[in-house]
Amino acid sequence: MIDLQGFGPALLSGTWMTVQLSLASVALGLVFGLLGAAGKTSDNAFARLLGGSYTTIVRGVPETLWVLMAYFGTVSAMNFIGGLVGHDDFALSPFAAGVLALALCFGAYATEVFRGALLSIPKGHREAGLAVGLSRPRIFWRIILPQVWRIALPGLGNLYLILLKDTALVSLITLDEIMRKAQIASNATKEPFTFYMSAAFIYLSLTVLVMVALHFMEKRAAQGFARNEL
Amino acid sequence: MRHYKKILLAAAATLAFGTQAIAADKIKLGTEGAYPPFNLIDASGAVVGFDIEVGQALCAKMGSECEVVTSDWDGIIPALNAKKFDMIIASMSITDERKQAVDFTDPYYTNKLQFIAPKSADFDTETESLKGKIIGAQRATIAGQWLEDNLADTVTIKLYDTQENAYLDLSSGRLDGVLGDKFVNWEWLKSEAGKDFEFKGDPVFENDKIGIAIRKGEDDLRNKLNQAIKDIVADGTYKKINDKYFPFSIY
Amino acid sequence: MNWELFFDKWLPKMLDGAGVTLELLAIAVVAGLILAIPLGIARSSSKPWVRALPYSYIFFFRGTPLLLQLFLVYYGLSQFEAVRQSWAWNYLRDPYWCALITMTMHTAAYIAEILRGAIQAVPTGEVEAARALGMSRSKALLYIILPRAARIALPAYSNEVILMLKASAVVYTVTLFDIMGQTRTIIARTYQAELYFFIAGLFYLAITLVLTQIFRFIEHKLRVDMLQGR
Repeated sequence: MIDLQGFGPALLSGTWMTVQLSLASVALGLVFGLLGAAGKTSDNAFARLLGGSYTTIVRGVPETLWVLMAYFGTVSAMNFIGGLVGHDDFALSPFAAGVLALALCFGAYATEVFRGALLSIPKGHREAGLAVGLSRPRIFWRIILPQVWRIALPGLGNLYLILLKDTALVSLITLDEIMRKAQIASNATKEPFTFYMSAAFIYLSLTVLVMVALHFMEKRAAQGFARNEL
Repeated sequence: MRHYKKILLAAAATLAFGTQAIAADKIKLGTEGAYPPFNLIDASGAVVGFDIEVGQALCAKMGSECEVVTSDWDGIIPALNAKKFDMIIASMSITDERKQAVDFTDPYYTNKLQFIAPKSADFDTETESLKGKIIGAQRATIAGQWLEDNLADTVTIKLYDTQENAYLDLSSGRLDGVLGDKFVNWEWLKSEAGKDFEFKGDPVFENDKIGIAIRKGEDDLRNKLNQAIKDIVADGTYKKINDKYFPFSIY
Repeated sequence: MNWELFFDKWLPKMLDGAGVTLELLAIAVVAGLILAIPLGIARSSSKPWVRALPYSYIFFFRGTPLLLQLFLVYYGLSQFEAVRQSWAWNYLRDPYWCALITMTMHTAAYIAEILRGAIQAVPTGEVEAARALGMSRSKALLYIILPRAARIALPAYSNEVILMLKASAVVYTVTLFDIMGQTRTIIARTYQAELYFFIAGLFYLAITLVLTQIFRFIEHKLRVDMLQGR
């Protein structure tokens, strides 16, 4: 690794932090997305309203604001929750706040992707499941979800690439990821161009890596399915 | 097709580890880490500086174990109140506005506000001659507030997230001058980047007392800290730290 | 809560901030569109060497975070004495111009991709028909392909405008007083993070909803839904 005036290792550790942050956010975000999609496609009007407001509100407010809010705006709420379990010093770390905010935003967009995928699964599959006596959760888990995953994967992959770049916003609440490491290094060396360009190079490399990984995942998920050739 | 199971597991794990309960036996010192020479982050990632050394000396006197945590300046008081740390030792001025949000210990040094500008510039600190100039300061500092309260109609004020970014813009020529803490300016003027700049005029604000901020009502901690400040001043520890950074006393 | 102070002092500041945000957004998405047209056309070229340059441009600006691009332009470029001596410094020394330049270049990359998709979605038969009528390549592009592509691209473009509105929330980091800049400055004096982040969120949400309605109206007027072909 290039030394970069002693800040090379710092940038590398920042990269690792970015990777961890993005993976944790996507994991939680997928749960939000599934819940949102379940709400939006539900027969229950209240669940539909809940799912609808979730996507409208979250997608109408900047990611930057969610990140800042998750960190500074959850204070009273966390103190209250903490008080209930006897730890009144409960607080979200920058990492946890970042994961929460990014997952919230990822989930709002993923809701639409999952909804599209859910709607594309023929009713007959559900009915077949019921006919052979499977319970509803089991049908969802065993029959619907594996198919949804295959259909939703390309859309989710795009969202993950967006999320990867949004992780830079978590530098604003002092999580030591790539962006903040580059900031610290450029303050110390007075060479901002060098370090922001290095950071840009790291983001581009991560993007390429993710694109390659997604390609293989899509191939795997599509095993045994005929593709529509246009 | 087991991806989604792993993902659910990972999500559950994230939630479980994400929230942290802070153990009470360790005192956490909150600081900014972008305010040399008082607090800064070195190449190894360690937080160092005058504030940190004073903080550690105080901890040693109180017989407590301490850990340093950084926060960005804008959010440092909310973070204290969110119990992300137990005290702020980050060259924070004791002001009435802040006293509504936090309590302060006795001051541990005294600051002044003074303008700096290029040596070559004709820069007078009289209000009349400042007209139209672009002046930078850090957001949420008394320098920023002094500018807003006294010169809002005279100069263009630019507020930065960190003091270092204000200096970057001063040296690149985006700013005509910077208003900031005298000793921080003094340190920067000594550096390579600051060699073409100098103090301009007299300090515009003096006797700015710098204290340690703690959450409201934590009188126990405050009394212990006040005693510890007295102790390190009396036994010479404070002077040792002072002399390491400044050839004059800043107490 | 001091409501008098809120209405006399802080609310006008928030409104000022909304003005800055809207102004930046309006200029950036229009200038970005103008810059994107040649990029999108070159990107759809059949010749690989024509495609290469817009491809790299788009790859860079879509593969790195806007915050990073902003810091590169604002702090990065001033590292070089040559830049500070040139005519460009008259603009680059001003954070407003830096934000505008960065936002424009950023959104142009995304709009170019939207245009490429739209150009490729224009039915081949129509292009062939134009050529058969004796239109030159450039004439077919100007009178047939672009007007058609513009309407196909409109929904995606309106989406991009909303995304830019939210992305613009990072410009406060280079001293601009947009909605976020005002919010953070107010919080720095009032310490009411929860309240003012919430108000900022309402501002963004309101702008998003109004913009969405405006675009929906334009799409309706242009009968865009009839043209999607899918």
